[in-house]
Formats: sequence, structure tokens, C-alpha cells
Amino acid sequence: MSEPIKYGPALLLPGEQIRISTNPDTEPFWEAAKEHRLTACQCASCGHFRMPPTPYCPECSSTEKNWPTLPGTATVFSYVVCNRNPKNGEPYIYVPVVVDIDGAPGARLNANVTGCNADDVHIGMKVTVEWTDIQDGWVLPNFRKV
Amino acid sequence: MAWANQDKTAIVGIGATDYYVRGKSWPRTINDMAGEAILKACADAGISIKDLDGFAYYSTAGAGYLDKFDTASLMETLGMPNVSFSATLTSGGGGCPGAIGLATAGLVNEDCKYAVTVMALQQLPQHRLGVVFGAGAPSPESSFLQPSGLVGPGHLMSMLTRRHMHLYGTTQDAFGEIVMATRANTHNRPKAVRQAPLTKEEYDHSVMLADPLRRLDFCLETDGAVAVITTTMDRAKDCRHKPAVVHACAHGGQREWGRAFAWMGMPDPHFASSGHKFTADRIWAQSGLAAKDMDVALIYDHFSPMVLMQLEDYGFCEKGEGNDYVLAGKIRYDAATQGGVNGGVPVNTHGGNLNEAYIIGMTHIVEGVEQVRGTAINQVKDAEFALVSGGPASLPVSSLILRSA
Repeated sequence: MSEPIKYGPALLLPGEQIRISTNPDTEPFWEAAKEHRLTACQCASCGHFRMPPTPYCPECSSTEKNWPTLPGTATVFSYVVCNRNPKNGEPYIYVPVVVDIDGAPGARLNANVTGCNADDVHIGMKVTVEWTDIQDGWVLPNFRKV
Repeated sequence: MAWANQDKTAIVGIGATDYYVRGKSWPRTINDMAGEAILKACADAGISIKDLDGFAYYSTAGAGYLDKFDTASLMETLGMPNVSFSATLTSGGGGCPGAIGLATAGLVNEDCKYAVTVMALQQLPQHRLGVVFGAGAPSPESSFLQPSGLVGPGHLMSMLTRRHMHLYGTTQDAFGEIVMATRANTHNRPKAVRQAPLTKEEYDHSVMLADPLRRLDFCLETDGAVAVITTTMDRAKDCRHKPAVVHACAHGGQREWGRAFAWMGMPDPHFASSGHKFTADRIWAQSGLAAKDMDVALIYDHFSPMVLMQLEDYGFCEKGEGNDYVLAGKIRYDAATQGGVNGGVPVNTHGGNLNEAYIIGMTHIVEGVEQVRGTAINQVKDAEFALVSGGPASLPVSSLILRSA
């Protein structure tokens, strides 16, 4: 086994290079994000959470949805340390994470984490939402180490 | 309960172009390469192109998600008089061996007499598979993935790998062993892109692309085409070679895997897996066989950890024990004995996607056919059963058991 790599600070990918698109199923999530409110798609009939938002509840087939305001905290489920900006190939340390969202059991988000060295990110780490302005006036939830 | 179509069809013809490093196949075209593979497969089977009347594709008949195949243009190009079966499995490379089950469906339904499964891949600079997820504005669905900078398959696979390391103590040494063990099978293969033996030191110094995965954990990026022809057993008996009998074949998967690493919502233990448990269970149920009955395993290796996770899902070892299984040398091929090492089953005796060539799984089918024919370069002695698996990816994934006739 070779020596562990020292990466240094985990950066967020620059918001100005990020675009999203929406559809009527997903738009309420992104509209909430514009207000810095973390939500997840919840079935209004049986309470099951699902992400990304989809037209039907996979548990009970209901189309009724709730968009509850969540605490905005989460737990790192897994992560990857990347070292190139995907936009231009330049050296850039960022850490994509899959997080379990607090208050929305079963729902996950994919984001970047910051507020620590990339080397310190670990599974089980507690994080809190950090809002990143992206193209077209949208806002992206990223996360910061608590 | 045995599969209703067990031993009713066989692969009788295999054909391939040379394998080219990404982009180097130009100025050949997709139809040029696909045509060569199909014509060679017909010659290998001992049939005329005029006899070929079925297409059973996978990957939605997409040439590596980049270009498109079209039955109509292949017919026109090759002068096939008529076609009475033309169908594809959906999604991507996960369906590769499952396409042989699709061919079987067309054959036993008497829609066609000879069905070809073909893949041709050409990655010109403007069409590079490894960055396919990063091209263009994300869809509403992938807007929940792509902004995180998970833009290549390697990024996505690293996420699953990290979780496996966390849950089971799996080490990067095991990934290195997978690359080295399968590299050891290409030194005598003139068509293989990577033939030089690989040391652990070289592996450890391979560039880290998406920690925990290094460049050498990623499969090759190659161009080329491969075709195989499936027919019914009665026709197979008249073909040139010993039939590679289709003993079991399944495709599909379960909801917990779903879109998999295009989603990242898989619950444990599915997250840190290859998503093959469902189809693995199906082919074992279809055949009454188990991993230990396989003489050789051709396991889709787009990324080295996915070999380890498939070994677990197919039951070569228990879930979470892939690290120790691999590091015990159990995926190695021993040329001296023409068999496995330390009680294991040889894996990817052709070098796989990591070392020989990456034609989205077709090379694994070809090696399975060669093994049960008894004509493989790294022949497993008296090989009776060969397992072939498709790429862990969004569903469907698939698998195939070939049997010697």
C-alpha cells in the first residue's frame, strides 16, 4: 500500500459553471432551495420520502406530495475525492458526497462538502446545508462539515 | 425449476475486428467494423450472411451510447435478404449477455433461424464514453447528480467502492490484485491492448483519478466490433464448431438497485454491490448450479472493484469477503495446471475490459464460447460451464451460463 495522498481543503465546484433543469415533478424542490429551505419529496398519503421527486409514490402510488421544511442537516453516506475540475480539467480538489438527509428517512442528495480538508471527510460525518448560487438564478444545496 | 429454454440454443459463431486504442479506428466507420465482425461470425459458424435473419441487441442498439446501429442499414450494407426478428434490451452494457437470452426468445419462438448480437464502438474525440454523463445540460433527473461533479462512470463507481471499503474493510490492494491477476492473462494474446505484466509497485503509482480508484482500476477505452451468432440446437449441430450451449440466461434486477449510481439512493447492502444479486439468483435457480460449479468466470470489469462485488453477488464468496477471496489468489488462472488457484475459479482468462479490450462486454461472451469449445488461448482444462456477466449499471443487468456440448 502506498502512502495516503494529502489533498488539503475540500472546495465547492464554482456555482457559475453549474446548470440544472427542472420539470413539474422536481421544481418545488428547487423553488424551496431558492428560499434557502431544504426539502424533500414526501408522499402526502403514506409519508414515504423519495428523491429525486417523481410523479408517483413508489410505496402507495399516490400523486399527492408534501414538501416539508427539513432541519438542513445530513450525514455522509459515501464520498469520492476528485482532483480535477470537470469543466476545464484544471487541478481542483472537491469531494462529491452522497448524504442521508435528516428528517427524510430514505432520501438522499448528491452534493459537495466543504469546511474541512478532503482528507478528513469520512462516512458518518455530520454536515449542514450550504447554499450555492448557480446559473439561471437557481440555488444548489451543498454541505459544510458541522 | 429448470429454465424452459435450457440447452435449446447455442452460440455457433464469433467474430471480431482488431481492437484499437480509443479513436484509432478512424477512418473506419461503425458499419464497416460491425460488418466485419458479423461476416467473420458467419464464417466462423459456417453459414452465409444470406442465412442471417435476426438481430438481438443490447444497449438499446446504441454503439456504446454514442452512435446508433440500425438493422435496416446493416441489412442494406451486408445484403441480408430478410429479417424476421429485430429487438434490443434496454439500458446499457448491463444487458450484454442478456442479449443471448433475447436471441433465444426469437429463436424458440421461430421468428428467426440465426440471430446475431453485435456491438461496435468508436470513441472519436467528440464522442468519448468516459465523459458521457458530463456532456450537455443535465436532465431534470440528472440535475440531482451532475452538479456534484460526478460526471464520469469512474466517479460514480468510486462512490460505491468507498462504501464497500467502509462496511467490509475492503482494501485497494484487492483492486490492484484484480488488475494484476487479469493482466497476467494477456501476455500471450496478440490482440490485447495491454500485454506487459503489471507489478504492485506500478499499480500503486498509477494516477489517482477518483479516490479510491486509480487509472489502472478503470477499463481500457478502445474501438472495435464483436459479433456472435446464436441458433437453435438442431441447426447448431451443422455448424463448424462445437456449440456453446445456452444453459441459462437472465436479465433484470430489483428496485433497490434501480438506476443505481445514476441515482445513489440504493439502501445497504445493495449500495455497495454490483446490483447482480437478482439475476445471479435467477440463473442459479434456472440451472440448479452454483458459483462453485463454474469452470471459468467472465466477469464484466469496467472498474476493478465491480469484479469483487460481482464475486460476492454471484456467491463465489460471501458478501463482504471479496477482499480476502481476491487476495488469496482465487481469481487467478494457472497455466501450468490449466486451472484455478487456491480453490478459486479463474476470472477473465482473456484479460477482460481492463487489459484486453473494452467492447462493452462482448469480449467476455467470446471468451466464454472459446472456453467451452476448448479453443481458448488460456484454456481451462475440460471447461464445461462458463459464467458471463454484464456490466453493473442501471437496470437491466444480465448473466449467461454457457455449457460445452
